[in-house]
Amino acid sequence: MEEFRGSQNYVASEELLRAANIAMVLQKPLLIKGEPGTGKTMLAEAIAQALNKKLIIWNIKSTTKAQDGLYVYDVVQRLYDSQFGGEGVDDIAKYVRLGKLGEAFTADEQVILLIDEIDKADLEFPNDLLWELDRMEFHIPETGETVTAKHRPVVIITSNAEKELPDAFLRRCVFHYIEFPDKELMAEIVRVHFPDLDQKLLDQVLEAFYRIRQLPQIKKKPSTSEIIDWIQALQHGGVAVDRIVKEVPYLGVLLKKNEDIDALRASWK
Amino acid sequence: MFEDFLYLLRRNGLKVSLTEWMALMEALDQGLHEASFTGFYHLCRCLLVKSEADFDAFDRTFLDYFQGVPFQQEVSDEMLRWLDRPNAPLGEYDEQQAELNETLSALEIETMFRERRHEQREQHNCGNYWVGTHGMSVFGNMGMSPAGIRVGGESRSRRAFRVAGERRYRDFRQDNVLDTRQLQVAFRRLRQFSGLVDLPETEFDVDNTIRDTAENAGVLKVRYKKPRQNTVKVLLLMDSGGSMEYYGSLCSTLFHAVSKTGHFKDLKIYYFHNCPYTRLYKDPTLDPNHALPVSWVLSNIAPEYKVIFVGDAQMHPYELFDPFPVVKEGEPESGLDCLRRFKDRYRHIVWLNPGDRPTWGEEWTETYDTIDRLFPMFPLTVGGLEEGMKKLLAR
Repeated sequence: MEEFRGSQNYVASEELLRAANIAMVLQKPLLIKGEPGTGKTMLAEAIAQALNKKLIIWNIKSTTKAQDGLYVYDVVQRLYDSQFGGEGVDDIAKYVRLGKLGEAFTADEQVILLIDEIDKADLEFPNDLLWELDRMEFHIPETGETVTAKHRPVVIITSNAEKELPDAFLRRCVFHYIEFPDKELMAEIVRVHFPDLDQKLLDQVLEAFYRIRQLPQIKKKPSTSEIIDWIQALQHGGVAVDRIVKEVPYLGVLLKKNEDIDALRASWK
Repeated sequence: MFEDFLYLLRRNGLKVSLTEWMALMEALDQGLHEASFTGFYHLCRCLLVKSEADFDAFDRTFLDYFQGVPFQQEVSDEMLRWLDRPNAPLGEYDEQQAELNETLSALEIETMFRERRHEQREQHNCGNYWVGTHGMSVFGNMGMSPAGIRVGGESRSRRAFRVAGERRYRDFRQDNVLDTRQLQVAFRRLRQFSGLVDLPETEFDVDNTIRDTAENAGVLKVRYKKPRQNTVKVLLLMDSGGSMEYYGSLCSTLFHAVSKTGHFKDLKIYYFHNCPYTRLYKDPTLDPNHALPVSWVLSNIAPEYKVIFVGDAQMHPYELFDPFPVVKEGEPESGLDCLRRFKDRYRHIVWLNPGDRPTWGEEWTETYDTIDRLFPMFPLTVGGLEEGMKKLLAR
């Protein structure tokens, strides 16, 4: 069995690695929750890269239905074709197109399937997928065909906890909560993005960053993607290292709300 | 194997099902715990716990159950024998070593521990390198290092940092008081799509029209569906001023959450002080120029509204029980009478309480208990709010 040990571009904590491997061995979906910006979506990419497997991403929106992931029967096209005398209108299979889940099932080799932000969809959405994820097969009544997974895909599901997921669904998943990285892990993560960043600059950036995160007045705390952007801005602007903690330049990159910026300016010494 | 653990988890409020338990057994069978106690802890957690809110409860239960099992699989019996000398004298305290130990991360200690286990061939005590007792190294027992792993022996100074002991997830517990977003999520539960309610099919259904037309060999077949929108109407009544000032920010958070949720068909918010008597106010300053008689509210706001009272239910008993000196025709006769009228008119009422039941003074508990008996009362926390929303939706 292949094992995931993190990748060049993704720094994962020990716990996360364990959870990912447990999910793969047990062939259960891995459900990832965590603060925004802790790299939930990136994880699937990293796993796909590390195991050298194809990644199929199914982005969930508020209008997504479970059916969309299985297959779509394009009745309109068929109607259209039939009225203009197109070829092969009798062949329903021609009008059945597989969704992302169907694509993952029919792939010739094992793939990674990322169901991104499952909580965006309707409350019933996860329940509608129970059978399919459990048995890794679904039936297309229009053609009488049953699509069965040739190779069980590795399923990774992310959630921002906007909606509660149903118990029946949760019971089938391996769960992992990504904590916000501590200073050391964050340093490592930054290093991955900026391999030759000056150590002094990094220290200063981390100090300022974690001080900002600890301020109770800040409503929307900056996350990993913000610190990366910030370093980029600092590098680009050529800000002197000793000014970073003192003045927090380019604050707009870190804080996205006006009241947060005001609160910080008022309390920063 | 250790089914007791399953029942202990369930007793402590974690809804672990048989499916999950069997998955754990399978995982253990496959050696996924990597023959270590830490691995076992992670394995249990990611298979048995499905929400970070339950991590804390899990940690406590885990600790409770496995306390007496100090890393059995990790440490050889021989080493445990070396370490079993509880009454030996202490080694010397080394301040430099203590500082150094404190800088080590959990992962580093873990790695060092793994190395030592393979290297160590004999008993070493009072030192700063080997796994031993009464020393300065980061493993062993009865030691003086500020951080480290306890191996064998009994906990004494409580400085061992082992994972489950840290309770890092305390902040996620659901009985924590909440922020706007969490409240909003809770309010989202309060919805009832009219798909469930009987309404005429008035909305043009594009998908099914196309499908049925196509299936009808191209002859148009029009289909309609029931409109899908939230039918819940909410009447929010908030206590303002007095003892409620203390909960000011909590109530304003709640207010923002309710008004931002925006998916109610209708939302009406009125204020009162301690108990609605004959009037409700339109703003929290309780300005008498913007007041409405309770009787008007009762007769004009339909019974299908779901009523949420927010207040600490603490006041002087006379405010609740004594009849008003002057009673206009059709107006309530006392505070309690007013609340009863609400109860008679509205089927779905909950009372959210930001405070706890007072522990002293009969006067305060009397009104609290009376209201508690009258309406289902829930604490104003994430868990309480969710329970309350469920109550409001119950048919």
